[in-house]
Amino acid sequence: MTHAPTTPNFRQNVREAMADAPLMEQMTTALTGSMARRAGAAGAVPEFDALRDAGRDLKNHVLEHLDVYLETYEQAVTDAGGHVHWAETAEEARAIILDICRKAGAKTVNKGKSMISEEIGLNDYLEENGVKPVETDLGEYIIQLRKETPSHIIAPAMHVNVPQWREAFRKFHPHLPQDRDLEGLDKLLLEARGELRRKYFEAEVGITGANMLIAETGQSVIVTNEGNGDLSQSLAKVHIVLASLEKIVPTLEDASTVLRLLARSATGQEMSVYTTFSSGPRRAEDPDGPEEYHVVLLDNGRSEMLGSDFQDMLRCIRCGACMNHCPVYRAVGGHAYGWVYPGPMGAVLTPALIGVTQGGNLPNASTFCGRCEEVCPMRIPLPKMMRHWREREFERKLSPKGMRRGMGAWAWAARRPGLYRIGASLAARALRLLGAGSIRRLPLAGRAWTQTRDFPAPQKGGTFLAQWNPDAEGRRKGGAA
Amino acid sequence: MTVSEGEKPRVALLATCLVDLFRPSVGFAAAKLLADAGCDVRVPPNQTCCGQPAWNAGDSRGARRLARRVIEEFEGFDAVVLPSGSCAATMIKDYPQMFRAGDRWRARAEALAARTFEITQFLRDVLNVAATDGRAPEGPVTYHDSCSGLRSLGIKAQPRALLGAIEGLELRELPEAEVCCGFGGTFCVKYPEISDRMAGDKARHAQETGAGTILAGDLGCLMNIAGKMSREGRPVKARHVVEVLAGMTDVPAIGESA
Repeated sequence: MTHAPTTPNFRQNVREAMADAPLMEQMTTALTGSMARRAGAAGAVPEFDALRDAGRDLKNHVLEHLDVYLETYEQAVTDAGGHVHWAETAEEARAIILDICRKAGAKTVNKGKSMISEEIGLNDYLEENGVKPVETDLGEYIIQLRKETPSHIIAPAMHVNVPQWREAFRKFHPHLPQDRDLEGLDKLLLEARGELRRKYFEAEVGITGANMLIAETGQSVIVTNEGNGDLSQSLAKVHIVLASLEKIVPTLEDASTVLRLLARSATGQEMSVYTTFSSGPRRAEDPDGPEEYHVVLLDNGRSEMLGSDFQDMLRCIRCGACMNHCPVYRAVGGHAYGWVYPGPMGAVLTPALIGVTQGGNLPNASTFCGRCEEVCPMRIPLPKMMRHWREREFERKLSPKGMRRGMGAWAWAARRPGLYRIGASLAARALRLLGAGSIRRLPLAGRAWTQTRDFPAPQKGGTFLAQWNPDAEGRRKGGAA
Repeated sequence: MTVSEGEKPRVALLATCLVDLFRPSVGFAAAKLLADAGCDVRVPPNQTCCGQPAWNAGDSRGARRLARRVIEEFEGFDAVVLPSGSCAATMIKDYPQMFRAGDRWRARAEALAARTFEITQFLRDVLNVAATDGRAPEGPVTYHDSCSGLRSLGIKAQPRALLGAIEGLELRELPEAEVCCGFGGTFCVKYPEISDRMAGDKARHAQETGAGTILAGDLGCLMNIAGKMSREGRPVKARHVVEVLAGMTDVPAIGESA
């Protein structure tokens, strides 16, 4: 499923999410321990910070020479008997994939988890064109049943609690006895496994994403914890890898650097349960594997990020650590962000992919607390890039008029100390008229504060600069200590 | 900081716009701490604001113009000290970024950044102050690590070391001390629901420690936390850490009246 962005309605989305008590409870349940697990896994590797440096450097190197590595990669895939398809836009990628499915006579495709597939709205498109996509990642399967989008880039059904999960299975598995026992996670998992196992053998095409594409070998790499990706890609006749350009790493050695960072940052595992390298179509001596191997390489605006203030974002390896550690994400959940990518990485990437007019809310919804950057395995300066988006908005006068004018007046006054002093003294006096100690209700923009919080009033006696006596170090005018 | 032997370092105090307007006692406490540590404290009279609100709002031109004024006003001192990790980080980390390499203002911004410090950092790391003339408030205290100070400047141990030197002061660590309180400058009014949720979590955690006072190094965070405490009727006072370090806790806590 994909939907038109609701990112312009971010504020409304936030209110709705925060009024959804089960969702709020589920977010707490789902995210409890996520930060400790990442800290434990990172802390157990003494050279983890050096690894992060290495990860950053290797991705920077790739981005500086992306054309070279993409060509090397294409040649390696072709040499192994595979096909590389270049897609500049989402439309092109969808059309290429549908064409491959049609040539394979596919009625059903199995899918491993892929955020790029969400980005291009693949499932809806395939369905509209008579090809049934079946999500095989458990979380993706659950939200596909519930007709939802992912709320987290590695835990797509993070927003779904166990009773909702159970309800979805009862509703969407009508062929199973209605009175069956689904209490306990093991029963739900077994049912999912039973359903999905059957479907693996029905599909003619398997579509997976890629965590990495290795230029020297032409391999694609996926990491999963369920093994669903392996089954999706190796049982079908045709394997389609759908990936964006920046997934390239030069060598197997580089891939191992990224792998050492990825799972530790994401789930706190040393490695994911399955790490799968796909090298192309089945060779004569292989016992199994697909007959055809296609790679669809999506740009969709990424090449425009190269050389811009947002190039560093292309280092992202989609671990999700930034959102796991983000107080805003934790408070509102992933759907409030209104498009495919939530959390801090989404706040930077979304305006790049759908435009700052549509996505501008997201980089504004940050306190710049810096936790995302602190844990990012690729050391992406996420707050800095969010500020760059605010800069774009300000330049294009997209930020709210009241805010721009208020900020302009403030900055103007702050450059005129004499005037500023008078203004500050008046403001202190005016605020004290609203209450000594705490102010219960502020006018104008201050209402947003005092709806739920008191506002501490200025101390009596005037501003610091009005009281400071330059002739008697550290003493107030009038002699009081 | 290099100072000729036998001379007091000339230290400029940038009180910050919030302290100037809302809590002058923080400015006086900071001045006392610096004077007690042997500094010749100056308060440049043309100080207003560091420009962080404009910078974070994306108004880079406005921020840059303000930064030039601050640089002019403060570059003649041995050190510039602020009772705020957030404003200090703006001057230390952001000012140099505001000007292109080769711009003469870039060099001046860098020179100023190298002499600019948050106050606990300056006392501990530069002046090697082991103890201050502090006074423990009633009951245990807890400490919130404000984001910019913590993550941009690495301020964590310094306030704790100085608090630890105060006789009779018991510090109880705050659960999730490193999680943002939700202030975030204009964020607190642009996204009030999210900001309020974060402030609520902070207030709850503070009360759970059993502390009588929550301390921090940034007035913005403290006003947010104190305002939430006050609305929810939680019995935890909020103070800037320098008030305790300077023994100036006779003034009412943040949001309280005399």
